[in-house]
Amino acid sequence: MANFPKFRHAASGIAVMSVALLAFACAKRPANSGLTTSEAAKAVYVAPGQYDEFYAFMSGGFNGQIGVYGLPSGRRLKTIPVFSQYPENGYGYSEETKPMLNTSYGFIPWDDTHHPALSQTNGEDDGRWLFINANNTPRIARIDLTRFETDEILEIPNAGGNHGSPFMTSNSEYVVSATRFSVPVPNTDVPISSFKKNFRGQISFIRADQPGKMRIEFQMLMPGFNYDLARAGKGKSEGWFFFSMYNTEQANSLLEVNASQNDKDFVAAVNWKIIEGCAKGGILKNTAASYVHNFTDEFTRQAKSETITSVPQFEAKECPGAVYFMPTPKSPHGADVDPTGEYIVAGGKLASVIPVHSFTKMLKAIETKAYEGEIDGIPVLKYDATLAGEVKNPGLGPLHTEFDGKGYAYTSFFISSEVVKWKLGTWEVVDRVPTYYSVGHLMIPGGGTMKPNPKYLVAMDKITKDRYLPTGPELTQSAQLYDISGDKMKLLLDFPTEGEPHYAQAILASKIKDKQVKFFKLAESKAAMMTRSEKESGVSRDGKKVHVRMTAIRSHFSPDNIEGVQVGDTVLFHVTNLEQDWDVPHGFAVMGAQNGELLIMPGETRTLQWVPRKAGIYPMYCTDFCSALHQEMQGYVRVSAPGSGVALSGTTSKGPQAAAPKAEAGPKQKQK
Amino acid sequence: MPKTARILVAVAALLMCVGYVLPLWRVNLVAPQYPEGLGILIKVNTVVGVKEQDLNSINNLNHYIGMKHIEPDAIPELRYMPAVLGCLVVTALLIAALGRRRVLYAWSVAFLAVLVAGLVDYWKWGYDYGHNLDMTTAIIKIPDMTYQPPLIGSKQLLNFTATSWPASGGWALVLATVLVAVAIWQSFRLASPPRPVA
Repeated sequence: MANFPKFRHAASGIAVMSVALLAFACAKRPANSGLTTSEAAKAVYVAPGQYDEFYAFMSGGFNGQIGVYGLPSGRRLKTIPVFSQYPENGYGYSEETKPMLNTSYGFIPWDDTHHPALSQTNGEDDGRWLFINANNTPRIARIDLTRFETDEILEIPNAGGNHGSPFMTSNSEYVVSATRFSVPVPNTDVPISSFKKNFRGQISFIRADQPGKMRIEFQMLMPGFNYDLARAGKGKSEGWFFFSMYNTEQANSLLEVNASQNDKDFVAAVNWKIIEGCAKGGILKNTAASYVHNFTDEFTRQAKSETITSVPQFEAKECPGAVYFMPTPKSPHGADVDPTGEYIVAGGKLASVIPVHSFTKMLKAIETKAYEGEIDGIPVLKYDATLAGEVKNPGLGPLHTEFDGKGYAYTSFFISSEVVKWKLGTWEVVDRVPTYYSVGHLMIPGGGTMKPNPKYLVAMDKITKDRYLPTGPELTQSAQLYDISGDKMKLLLDFPTEGEPHYAQAILASKIKDKQVKFFKLAESKAAMMTRSEKESGVSRDGKKVHVRMTAIRSHFSPDNIEGVQVGDTVLFHVTNLEQDWDVPHGFAVMGAQNGELLIMPGETRTLQWVPRKAGIYPMYCTDFCSALHQEMQGYVRVSAPGSGVALSGTTSKGPQAAAPKAEAGPKQKQK
Repeated sequence: MPKTARILVAVAALLMCVGYVLPLWRVNLVAPQYPEGLGILIKVNTVVGVKEQDLNSINNLNHYIGMKHIEPDAIPELRYMPAVLGCLVVTALLIAALGRRRVLYAWSVAFLAVLVAGLVDYWKWGYDYGHNLDMTTAIIKIPDMTYQPPLIGSKQLLNFTATSWPASGGWALVLATVLVAVAIWQSFRLASPPRPVA
């Protein structure tokens, strides 16, 4: 297409148009894929009614959620609300789910999700749970993958920006939280300029394999740096954890300059098994703190929030042999461990090489005390003593690396906007493909575990510019799918993503899809305000509170005529979906509700709080198209002035009502 | 009765016991909205859903057309059926033990009568459910439309394709019938030719 301008001068208008069309068509061919359009299309085509091979869980970044996609099609399947209220299904709006978003700062309706982590057994993703971090108000959530619901959230005290989180150990013993911002511990009012004196970093290990009992097992106080990303050791490095960090300059302003001064920052090697030993030896101090633990019981489905008032803490130097610093060039982002556990690959954002540390050499350096110094009692190993090799001239801006289990590593380069494949051991670059544009993290299913499934690679791009139909100033985010089953990486597909995925996990669908809960059994429900049958439905008053125990079944609510509510009352609609069938949720909405709506799964009870502000008639209806007579699934609430004599009642007609005008003909149901 | 016939009757009796464990009849309902299907199983003493909630779901759907709820406790035949089957099994075992040919003939008439009565009864219940609709509560009213499931085979009922067919226990009874027929044929064949005078 280099000759394009020449043609334009020479050709007639029609020729210009056809050449222009050709140019357009060429530009839109998958670049450098080595595949024809039809080959690429076939590789990602999942026929109607067929399933994708993988589930992909992509963090939503600033939307605070998780997007679930199928691979290879890139079709979006679901949004799992985690740290953000979600109007679509009432998460964070219903009385049952509000406590999930409670923190020591009060109710927080939003956060910034970054790094999903699947639970593992023997170093392999097992599909039980997914964990994800809240970066802004530091928290870690656990999502149950039989329901695709957030079940548990633990706040992390003494953290500022929970970025290095929640990476997973090989048997789901722990997920970690490494603070991005150092802050005073405990957090107090000090001059920002006293950073070096007062600000601390910390790394917390959180018990992950006991649903409902996520807790901080130990919190290790570290020097006041910025902690970035992490990866657990595995195989031969089982028992260790590796954390990248930057701003070892300890700058507190204009970090883009001031935190880029040191030639090398660090990767910290942390031995959690040694720390477990130290903990048994009694080094942990239960230090005063205030943070919350939120948990939803499977049977009551009511989230509860409890405040925890202490955290087991220790200074890193108090547990000898637990922590070592490995000097690593230029503000490393990823600290990624290969499937054998031998190599720790660091992505120095500003480095001209990819340095790779050797676990074996690291152990030897520790043994021979090949130290170049000490920081706060933590030994700093010599760079050359741990270095296995450097990938030379790999690209610009290496960020994050995953592995295929066949001896190759794949590193994302933000600045040169590409994925580079290189060989472990020889450190030679064997392939590179462009990304559109500026890839952040990349992901291979299982690519951070001992057992990668190296069929696909997903690049999560930070910039899309001209790749999609424009949508005003804010453009969609994008993922790109590459086939990595052969020697050369081949671009297969661009697909738009929700929010801004920072990182993702993917797992064979067969590990999850047959374990899905289809509905909640009414007989097993322990929801306090559930209504087992229409006969039990009704209304009751408790001072200024009106409880409506309502049932929903195709295609009516019971009660559907409510009277006797007064301005000044708080009405609580406890709606039980009586269906016991898959894919029959009902919705519930009432006019003027300042809260949200409910989406109630079969067998579930959900509660909407409603405070009517003026007298009148308020329609209510089912918001989820449930049946042929969904549009008939509606009712009314009559709201009267305070002190009015209208008796409280909740009724549903039991059969055909007489034709108008005999409107009172329907037999009344029991009143409470 | 020849020995093989006696063995066949004994085996048939044991096969009939399968009817206590496995369902006799199965009605499947498949619709665009129910690609996985809903179904009911008729057992010797009750009616259950193929999946735990199927009966509940079918009853819920049936309110649209004014059909009665299928309530196993309201079907008295299901209370007698285990005893009837038990009598047939015990008498068949006695016949196998005693080897009385004419008793076998009589038994087989009774057995056939029970099978036919069962089918007729099933048809009658199907007719009742399918025709006696409560038109005051029915939401979907289609003139002349009835919802009787087929006795055997498939039939389109609005958006549902209903298929009615013996289930595993039912097939055991069918097989028992075949074995008894063979036993009768053998007994008959040996009995018929004029006996040579010794």
